[in-house]
Amino acid sequence: MKYFLQLVLAGLTKGSIYALIALGYTMVYGIIKLINFAHGEIYMIGAFTALIIGGVLQITTGLPPVTILFISLAAAIFFSAGYGVTMENIAYKPLRKAPRLTALISAIGMSLVLQNYVLLAQTSDFLPFRSMIPNFSFLIPGKSLVTTTQLVIMITTVVVMIFLTILIKFTRMGKAMRATSQDKVMAQLVGIDINKVITFTFAIGSATAAIGGVLIANHMGQINFYIGFLAGIKAFVAAVLGGIGSIPGAVLGSFVLGMAESFGAGYISSAYEDAFAFVILIIILIIKPSGLMGRNEIEKV
Amino acid sequence: MKKLFTVLVLLLAVTAMFFVAGCKKEEGAIKIAVVGPHTGDLASYGIPTIKAAELVVADWNANGGVLGRQIELVIEDDVCKPEVAANSAAKVVGEGVVAVIGHICSGATKSAMGIYNEANLPAISPSATNPALTQSGNYPNFFRTIAPDDAQAATDAEFIDKKLGLKTVAVLHDKQDYGKGFADFTVASLEGLGIEIVLYEGITANAVDYSAILTKIANTDAEGIVYGGYHPEASKLVQQMSQMGLDIPFISDDGVKDNTFIQVAGEYSEGVYASGPMDTSSNPMSQKATADHKSTYGEDPGAFFINGYAATIALLTAIENAGSTDGVAIMDALRSNYVDTPLGNISFDENGDAIGVGFAVYQVQNGVYVEL
Repeated sequence: MKYFLQLVLAGLTKGSIYALIALGYTMVYGIIKLINFAHGEIYMIGAFTALIIGGVLQITTGLPPVTILFISLAAAIFFSAGYGVTMENIAYKPLRKAPRLTALISAIGMSLVLQNYVLLAQTSDFLPFRSMIPNFSFLIPGKSLVTTTQLVIMITTVVVMIFLTILIKFTRMGKAMRATSQDKVMAQLVGIDINKVITFTFAIGSATAAIGGVLIANHMGQINFYIGFLAGIKAFVAAVLGGIGSIPGAVLGSFVLGMAESFGAGYISSAYEDAFAFVILIIILIIKPSGLMGRNEIEKV
Repeated sequence: MKKLFTVLVLLLAVTAMFFVAGCKKEEGAIKIAVVGPHTGDLASYGIPTIKAAELVVADWNANGGVLGRQIELVIEDDVCKPEVAANSAAKVVGEGVVAVIGHICSGATKSAMGIYNEANLPAISPSATNPALTQSGNYPNFFRTIAPDDAQAATDAEFIDKKLGLKTVAVLHDKQDYGKGFADFTVASLEGLGIEIVLYEGITANAVDYSAILTKIANTDAEGIVYGGYHPEASKLVQQMSQMGLDIPFISDDGVKDNTFIQVAGEYSEGVYASGPMDTSSNPMSQKATADHKSTYGEDPGAFFINGYAATIALLTAIENAGSTDGVAIMDALRSNYVDTPLGNISFDENGDAIGVGFAVYQVQNGVYVEL
């Protein structure tokens, strides 16, 4: 039983990690129907920003680790949001009227550009990322079922999910986002500045990616320019599994994927972890093609 | 007609010149071939051996050569490709060499060895690590101054059995050629020593979290973890082991015996065991070889330089000991005498593997790898 619980927690950790990235994916898709492949790179840039700012602060000031964590987190959010908005302006805005496939190719291009930019401007080596989250005193390493970082990641995922749901469901901006998502032309006709809405969406999406980047780097203890690509692919799968465009769906999909991998590794073999997770994905998508919480789109002819 | 005659005469003259030149050299210098990739993608593996051979031969020639004759190198490129290697081999045999330093890549070496065997020539490779080259018995004239791939696994297994005294271990690998190969060889060696493998699994490289597999290991009675793979995954594994409170020895391979591992894993790397080639930097001959390389070529030596240096010394000493340039006599001399090289005092066993060359186990202590 304890083993089962441990696997559940390992799955929840993995799920939360995927969810933090998947949330941004799904939000951007929900508003402008674009699979933003460069989202993983925004996540990676968030982690790099926190590493640099955190490192500088650690050396130059004697601030307590929690303060450094929050300052570097804020910096990461700021920078990532900046990158996200700029990326939208350069690579996606001019293509808004073009076929969807064109914007997708542009997104893949953006992903490669950002990866190589970090590779050249920073380094190709793995860099150590020392954990900035101080251990909670009520969690004893080895005795408790979860570690501090795992707990922080899980809580953050839930908080971000609730925040985004409130934002979209109950605020004025959220209403504008939903309107833009349904019909861009009509939204403009009733006086919504859709450019502002889309920019805002990218800023929020990138900010969640940055939060994910910082926390996950804390958990993994290392970063390099390539982490965004691989994590992004898994998060994308999770978002599709949950029903792309749906905020709770992204979290649910991530948890299902994380659990499938964890149980696959725990009860079958970790060599087939990925295979097991993708078999689950295929089964779910066969039964429910729009994903676990996705809405069935009715094509009107 | 007159033109044709002129051409024929010229051709004859040129051929005759070559013939004369050839005859003259055969009496004079002893020819040794150096074959390996000298152009192409893998040139950086082959060129250091040429430089090593040149330095050793220059030294020996300055001291009167071997058997009273000067030594001459015949350098041939095989681009690391088996199909080219067979041609290069035929070419150097035609040139009348008495022995070969090379080849560099295992595949190319295998393809060339048959031709050398027919010509009764010994070949010493500084770098071909494929186990079959010595263990299959198909290449009786093959020698090497580097340990085979499975020697590393054997060293680790021995260490786990004798020094750590573990009875059960879990074996992980990254599902890639190098890591899985190491894990498979280690499993074979460990089972030979009567150690129980309680878990053998591949992990996904680059994954964000390894808690599931580590939980699984924690629930077995494994007394240690053997990992075949590279440092990025190893550092994630040791970090998560420590966070989970899984406090058992972590033993890995040359892919982890890298300073990047210590840098990235930081405090978590402390106490990790990893095997790597024996450290020769304190050997005075090795220091001299490196210094000579720097003063002659103005840069630090490249891959397998020391192994190439040792191979050349071993070969020349064997010719001296054999007292002739006959292939069989040289091979006997290689097997029966110990010789001082930058790799230490070495000889060769019946299969052609160097005795005294191999791997050692290192442990991270206070942020540096220390040979145990």
